[in-house]
Amino acid sequence: MAELLQWTPEIFYSLCGLVSINAAVRALKNTKAKFGTFLFWLILGIIFIFGKIIPYMMTGVLLIFMGLLTVTHQVKMGEFAEIDETKKKEASERVKNKIFIPAALIGIMALVMSFVRIDGKPLDGATMIGVACLVSLSSAFIICKPKVKETREDTARLLMQVGAACLLPQLLGALGAVFTKAGVGEVIASIISSIFPTGNIVIGVLLYCLGMVIFTMIMGNGFAAFSVITVGIGVPFVIMQGGDPVVVATLGMTSGFCGTLLTPMAANFNIVPCAVLETKDKWTVIKAQIPMAIVLIIIHVVLMLTLAF
Amino acid sequence: MEYWKLIGIAIIVVGFTLKFDVLAVVLTAGIVTGFVAGINFYDILTILGQSFVNNRLMSIFLIIFPVIAIIERYGLKERAGQLIGRIKNASAGKILSLYMVIRSIASALNIRIGGHVQFIRPLILPMSEAAAENSKCEKLTENQTDHLKGISAAVENYGNFFAQNCFPAASGVVLIQGTMAELGYDVTLQSIATAAIPIAVITVLLTFIQVWIYDKRLKKSIVKEKR
Repeated sequence: MAELLQWTPEIFYSLCGLVSINAAVRALKNTKAKFGTFLFWLILGIIFIFGKIIPYMMTGVLLIFMGLLTVTHQVKMGEFAEIDETKKKEASERVKNKIFIPAALIGIMALVMSFVRIDGKPLDGATMIGVACLVSLSSAFIICKPKVKETREDTARLLMQVGAACLLPQLLGALGAVFTKAGVGEVIASIISSIFPTGNIVIGVLLYCLGMVIFTMIMGNGFAAFSVITVGIGVPFVIMQGGDPVVVATLGMTSGFCGTLLTPMAANFNIVPCAVLETKDKWTVIKAQIPMAIVLIIIHVVLMLTLAF
Repeated sequence: MEYWKLIGIAIIVVGFTLKFDVLAVVLTAGIVTGFVAGINFYDILTILGQSFVNNRLMSIFLIIFPVIAIIERYGLKERAGQLIGRIKNASAGKILSLYMVIRSIASALNIRIGGHVQFIRPLILPMSEAAAENSKCEKLTENQTDHLKGISAAVENYGNFFAQNCFPAASGVVLIQGTMAELGYDVTLQSIATAAIPIAVITVLLTFIQVWIYDKRLKKSIVKEKR
């Protein structure tokens, strides 16, 4: 059983891979950059399906090949026919409010799945979302009775709209791994502690909060920034000056999240949603978050000064 | 020279600012940083590949695309519009506020509802767009739509980020506890989760203000356009 559970996420990653390969096949109908676009989505599909089997070094080579494809503009959006508005209206009259069932089922099923325990352990994220999606997809087929061909067409369009940006979150995660291995964080922490003197609480709190914000912006991930900046700045500049470790560390982490709101490096939160929602400007989400992030940073500094001392 | 290790950051900043191809920029930053730190090419490729494969969960949303493809073709947005039209005084801000409250509570209880692909695109955005058009009595301008999309996506992030640490077993809380323990500070998961509550509540309140401002601006634009 445990062995089987270990492989269930792979089933759902394989389904993701099929979505990508579906786009690859559709790319063969492209008028522009037919072959490059085909290869791009095909390789991504292969990495999704066989990621655990292919040697990691080979995956690294494939990633670089994909980078070469995008940098030479060999990956393009295909041409798709607009969906007829009147047909949509008709369909909407026929399906009525039942259309919300599949939409709601994704969330509801994911919630239900999160309570499932096998051998006392919760399911992994991929299985949870994967099962929820399969249930939702079946309900959508029963309720809407779509043609498979048009669903494949629409799915390819959705993925091509997101485009190469869909690789970005994973790739930035990989970059973070290289940074960690190279010891980038330690260098930054040592620079900061060599410039600023310890002893002043206000300067210390400002340095820690802003350090978390800026380093999270660079790494695109508050978790990655946390250990480095807390060791390098949080402890010597704030906690050793009398700050309560629990409050300081907790607020330090969420200061980092303010940085997440501001950076394109957190692609899965800020850039991919622009593609998913089809915004005109790919900075729309970050722009909406800037005022909130600034206010929250100020509040973090004030809270840390008042609650931790 | 230790400082040369920071070159990857410089490559990212310059590359993103000058809008070079993002994949190429990220890969270059990784490879150059690895070289400067004395990691050999084979190992760099392995780290990149391994981390990419281990992070596949970040792209699990691909699996949801077929569902969205179907429900959008069969009139999801049109239906959401009709439904919202029946609710009096619904505004984009009120819908987003309600979502923020639900999203934050769920996040604090470690219940995984939410997501840009799972919730915002199929449900929240069509509903708030319909409400906004309803209160404006006409279609939104392209800029207003774009702004609404930005705020809707932002609300999802706010609820997700700032409430998650209220749950004592959240990965962030566990990371804080582990890091602090390694540094010699004995802190409990429960005390961290409690310390996370104020910022979660403040973020919900600030979100109310931000979406209220969006509603206000939309109202103003109606007056202006009618003049």
